[in-house]
Amino acid sequence: MLYKETGQYKSSYKSDHAIFPLIQDKIAFSTLMFIAFLIVPFIINSYWEKAILVPFLIFSLAAIGLNILTGYCGQVSLGTGGFMAVGAFSTYKIMTYFPDLNIMIIVLISGLITAAVGILFGLPSLRIKGFYLAVATLASQFFLVWLFNKVPWFYNYSDTGQITVSERLMFGIPVTGATAPPYATYLFCLILVVLLGFAAKNLIRSKMGRSWMAIRDMDIAAEIIGVPPLKTKLSAFAISSFYIGVAGALYFAVFLGAIEVTESFDIMTISFPVLFMIIIGGLGSMLGSFLGAAFIVTLPIGLKFIMVDLVGLSAVTAKHFEITIWGLLMIIFLIVEPHGLARLWSIAKEKLRRWPFPY
Amino acid sequence: MRIKQLLIGITASVIAISSYVEIAVADLKFPMLVYRTGAYAPNGIPNADGFVDYYKMINARDGGIGGEKILHPECETGYKTQVGVECYEKNKKDAMVFQPMSTGITYQLIPKATADGVTVYSTGYGRTSAANGKVFKWIFNAPVTYWDGASIAVRHILKQNLGNIRGKKIALVYHNSAYGKEPIRTLQTLSKKHGFKLMLLPVDHPGQEQKATWLKIRKARPDNVLMWGWGVMNQVAVKSAASIKFPMDKFIGIWWSGSENDVLPAGQGAHGYKSLTFNAPGDSYQVHKDIKKYVHDKGEASGDGSHFGTVLYNRGLFQAMVQVEAAVVAQKIHGTSKITPAMYRDGMEAVNLSAARMEELGFKDFAPPFKNTCENHGGSGLAAVQQWDAKAKKWNMITEYMYGDSDVVQKLIAEDSSKYAAEQKIAERCN
Repeated sequence: MLYKETGQYKSSYKSDHAIFPLIQDKIAFSTLMFIAFLIVPFIINSYWEKAILVPFLIFSLAAIGLNILTGYCGQVSLGTGGFMAVGAFSTYKIMTYFPDLNIMIIVLISGLITAAVGILFGLPSLRIKGFYLAVATLASQFFLVWLFNKVPWFYNYSDTGQITVSERLMFGIPVTGATAPPYATYLFCLILVVLLGFAAKNLIRSKMGRSWMAIRDMDIAAEIIGVPPLKTKLSAFAISSFYIGVAGALYFAVFLGAIEVTESFDIMTISFPVLFMIIIGGLGSMLGSFLGAAFIVTLPIGLKFIMVDLVGLSAVTAKHFEITIWGLLMIIFLIVEPHGLARLWSIAKEKLRRWPFPY
Repeated sequence: MRIKQLLIGITASVIAISSYVEIAVADLKFPMLVYRTGAYAPNGIPNADGFVDYYKMINARDGGIGGEKILHPECETGYKTQVGVECYEKNKKDAMVFQPMSTGITYQLIPKATADGVTVYSTGYGRTSAANGKVFKWIFNAPVTYWDGASIAVRHILKQNLGNIRGKKIALVYHNSAYGKEPIRTLQTLSKKHGFKLMLLPVDHPGQEQKATWLKIRKARPDNVLMWGWGVMNQVAVKSAASIKFPMDKFIGIWWSGSENDVLPAGQGAHGYKSLTFNAPGDSYQVHKDIKKYVHDKGEASGDGSHFGTVLYNRGLFQAMVQVEAAVVAQKIHGTSKITPAMYRDGMEAVNLSAARMEELGFKDFAPPFKNTCENHGGSGLAAVQQWDAKAKKWNMITEYMYGDSDVVQKLIAEDSSKYAAEQKIAERCN
C-alpha cells in the first residue's frame, strides 16, 4: 500500500536505469538530502558532530570502499587500517609541503596516492585467493602501520610520532583544526560522501562494476567470457583504496586532528570494525555500507546513553555490558539475518508493499 | 497485534528519551575520563578510585568547595583516543578541568580545549612542552614532566657511577606511542652530554609481546635499563627482566611504571626494581584518615576499596587535590563560589602548594611543594627514586626529591613549544 510500484510505468531507458526508479524512493531520498543539507547544519552541535555524524560519514566512505573490493569484487581485505593510514599521512605530507593548496584537492590527491598503494598491494590477488588473500592484506596492514611509525620522514621528524593538522579554509571557513565550526566539518564530509557515493553507485552499475561481480561470482567463468582478471581485480583494488584513502584523510584532517598511527589505525580500531560494517550492513550493497557504518558507530554510543544516562548504571558496568551486548548482537545478527541490514530493509519493503492487507 | 506492541514500545522509548533533561545545577563539574576496562585497566582503576574517593571526601567533609558540591561524572574511554574525544565533547559544557590520563588523548585535547576554553591538567604526562605557559594557556602538566623524568633517571645513574657514565650503555624500553617516545630526544641530548650510548627498544601496544626486546637486552648487556611503560606492559617487562636475571637495581621505570600492580606478578624476582615518583607511597597521611572516616567507613568507597594507599591511588589523590585546590584559589581570586571554566583556569595558574598549604590539606610530606605561574605550567620538576621491597611488599623512597637537568630540559621545551606556537600561530603571553 505505502510502497506500491503498480502504475509506475517506465517509458524510456533513462527512467528504467534511474538509480531510484520508484517515486517513493525518490521522495525519501530527496527528503533525506534536504534534511542532511538544509536542516542538520543549522542544528548540529559539536557533540553530534564529533561523536556521531562526522565519524558516521567517514566510516561510510571507508565501508563503501571495502564493499567495492569485498562485496562486489569478492577480494577479502583486512588492510583497511593501513590504507586509511596512507590517506592520512599523504594528507599530512601534502599539507606541510604545499601550505596553500585547497584542502579538498589535498584530500582527493591523498585518495589517488592510496589508490596507487592499493594497486601495489593488490598485485598478489592475481595469484592468491580467499583466506590466503586476507592474510596477504593483513600483512599490508601491519607493514604500512609499521612504516609510518618507523620512518620519521612521514611524521616530519616530530618527537612523538604524532601528526597534527593545521587550519585549512574552504570559502573562508575553517574545516580542519580545532576552531572549525561543527557545520563546516559536517558539510565538508557530507559533500564528499554524497559525490563519491553517487560515483560508486554508478560505477557499480557500469561495465566495470559488472565485471567485478563476474569475478566475484566465479573468476574462471568470468575469464572465459572475456573479463580480464588483471584489469578487473586491480581496478577494484585501486577504486576501493581511493575511497578508503579519502576516508583516512578525513579521519585525520577533519575528525581527529591529531593522530598517532599505531593507535588510530590499529587493526582493532579500523580494519575489523569496517569489515563488520559491511558484513552487518550487507555485502555488495551501497545502502548496506551506510547502514553498517551507522550501526557500528552509533551502537556503543546508544548503549552507553541508555545505560548510563537513562538507567543510571556506572560508566564501567555499562562498558562491560556494552562489550557483551555488542558481541551478542553480532552473533544474533549473523544467525538471524546473514545478509545484513540491507536485506532487512528489502524484506521490510516487501512487507510494506502488501501492508496492511498481507495475504 | 504486533504493530500495536511495536508502537507502544516506540512511544515508551521516545518518552523515556525526551524525559531525559540535563539537570542544570550550580555545582562544580570535574568530568573524569577513566579506563576501568581494557589493557590499561590495572593502572586505570586504582588511579580513578583515588580521584573519586577524594572528591567524595571533600563533598562529605567540607560540603564541597566553598559550598559548591563537586560533580564527577565518569566516562569510560578504554584508553582509546576516539572514545576520549566523544567523552570530552559530551562533558565539556561547564567543565572545570579534564584529566585525560592518556598522553594520546591529551595531544588530542590540547587544540580542542584551547579553542573551547577548557583547562586540561595532565599531571606528569602528556605533552612536555605544555610546561611553557606562554604558549599553552589552557594546558598544565605540573609538577614534573617526562623530560625532567628522563634527566632525573640519568642523574640517579650518574650518582651511582660516581659522576662518570662515559661509554656506558643505557637502554630505553618504551611504549611505542607518543607517550613512550617523549623522553627520546632528551635522552639523546643527554647521551651526547655525558657520553653514554643509548639503545632504543620499542614495545608495541598493548605490550604483552616483549620476548625480542629482552633477548636484545640479554645480548647487548646494557648497564642500565630505563622504561616508559603503562598497563600490562609494565608487568611483562618486570617479569622478563627478572627471568633473564637482569640486575633489578639497574632497572628504572618512569613514575607510571612503578605501582604495586607492576611488580607483584614477578614475585621475589622484582626485588630491587626502581622507579621514579613524585608522590610518596603509604596510607598513613591525614588525607587517608579523612577518606577512611568520611568515605570508606560509610561504605561508599569507589570500586572495591582494595587499592587504598597504593602508589597510583595516592597519585589520584594528589591529582584530585591539585584540581580542587585550583578551584579554591579561583574562588578566592574572583570572590565568588560559582566559578566559570575561565575563572578556574586563573585559579590553576595561581596554585601555590607550599609545604604549609599541603599540611593544611592533609598532605604533609606527601609530595614536594610546587607552584604554577603564568610562564611555568610544569611545576617544580622534582621527582625521587623509589625501590620495591619484594619481601615486605612495599615501595621505599631511597633518594631525596631531585631536579632534572634544567639546562637541557628548558632548552628543549622552549624549542618544541615555539615550534608549536609557529605552527598554530599562537602569540606568546605573560610578557
